[in-house]
Amino acid sequence: MHSPFGTIYSTNITPDRETGIGAWSLEVFARAMREGIGKDGEHLYPAFPYDRFQRTTDEDIAALYAFVMSLPPVRAETPANKLVFPFNVRGGLALWKRLHFNPAQRGQTTPGALGYGEYLVEGLGHCGSCHSPRTRLFGEDLQRVYDGGEAEGWHAYAIDENNRAPIPWDTKSLAFYLRHGWHPQHGIARGTMGLVTDDLAAAAPEDIEAMAQYVASLMKPPSPARAARARELLRAPPVEVADQGDPGAIIYDTTCRGCHRGGDMPWDGLPLAWSIGLVGESPRNVVNVILHGIPPAPGGETTPMMPGYAGALDDAQVESLVRWMRANLTDQPPWPDVRKSIAESRRMTPSMLLFPPGGTRFDPAKTP
Amino acid sequence: MTTIELNGSAVTIDAEADTPLLYVLRADLQLNGAKFGCGLGQCGACTVLVEGEAVFSCTVPIGVLAGKKVTTLEGLGTIERPGRVQRAFIEEQAAQCGYCIPGFIMRAEALLRRTPNPTDAQIREALQPNLCRCGTHMRIFRAVRRAAKA
Repeated sequence: MHSPFGTIYSTNITPDRETGIGAWSLEVFARAMREGIGKDGEHLYPAFPYDRFQRTTDEDIAALYAFVMSLPPVRAETPANKLVFPFNVRGGLALWKRLHFNPAQRGQTTPGALGYGEYLVEGLGHCGSCHSPRTRLFGEDLQRVYDGGEAEGWHAYAIDENNRAPIPWDTKSLAFYLRHGWHPQHGIARGTMGLVTDDLAAAAPEDIEAMAQYVASLMKPPSPARAARARELLRAPPVEVADQGDPGAIIYDTTCRGCHRGGDMPWDGLPLAWSIGLVGESPRNVVNVILHGIPPAPGGETTPMMPGYAGALDDAQVESLVRWMRANLTDQPPWPDVRKSIAESRRMTPSMLLFPPGGTRFDPAKTP
Repeated sequence: MTTIELNGSAVTIDAEADTPLLYVLRADLQLNGAKFGCGLGQCGACTVLVEGEAVFSCTVPIGVLAGKKVTTLEGLGTIERPGRVQRAFIEEQAAQCGYCIPGFIMRAEALLRRTPNPTDAQIREALQPNLCRCGTHMRIFRAVRRAAKA
């Protein structure tokens, strides 16, 4: 896992006795999950989100332990982390924990399905680990939880009332998206979120429903003005280009428009005026997708895809395209730092692009 | 009108800005090395280089290429004097029907320009966007390794 302070390697959690966690008791496992302390008493890096997992119930911890211990043991040494000073000193984590680690807050707090969704989203789902800004010491900024964050080169959108999706989310669309990895009015999950929805395809429908209900409650219903704009966008998404004077307009018209007109989603492209990417706080995701595309699934499964344009478009062209789309397809002010995002995105490695290994899930029978 | 630097020479093309580069190459310039496979940027048969980077020429409109260097299969060598990657593909007999091979050669060329001594994993990763339905993958793989050593 890439981080601003170096590379952290995920450890072997198969029940191999020497290189994995085969020698861990349930108590040791529970302590790691909730307190971020390894078998020998060492502090664990918060790349493992124990700050979120601390509220997991005894019952769920025991179920996770039973499952992990049922896996075939794999002998695999974990490579040493490559972290810069002072982050390579584990003892420093004790201080970090004192600043960022809340006293244990176990189990469900609110009754009913909404409370169960809260338990999943706030705890094991650890949505806030990516979707919250970080403090200067890389803890979740608890004053601004769910206001949007960063995840390995991708922007994680705000999932509270600051979410700006042109077509506001509701419980139904969130549940569909979490389950299938795409939604006809929101497009497909990509970057690190693609891995999340890929895993959630195996989750129980009632768990997904509860999480969707809770996230929708964080986002709150849209204002009448926002709802009216969404209705207008859905009725007639602006796709055609009237004015060809701008170089960005020409690139959009010749390169993007042909696919991005909706229709047979997710095979056709999302009308870009519906895309949260273009209204988001950062141009990074839009730039990532323009440059690197949406790769097809490596196993050859049928999945949506988009060719990347890193070779065909130079930095000036990508910038003019992004600026034109932001100005003409959204109601948001210009982004200040498009060039910086382009430079950073060009440096991304394939492992940072992180698309779901099985491709985006698609079940036409469940299209709403 | 769009002027590009094609295989080392300036070429001016009279085509609508949204015409895919592949159509210009094959229909206007009779450069038939790049193939039409899917037309959607999913198979890689149309792969060429733009400024040294592999692109799907079927999804790149000519209008975005003004002033850029485009290299096609024809730009790598001739039948008499095949280029390094072309020679390696011939020596490994890395083709069955051969339709996808120009795309694989261009993709490999882009890899070797960027990474002269790729690992096996880097070769596999780089060739991932291109498809071959005959199943000559292991020969293609060996050809790229051979070209890297040439």
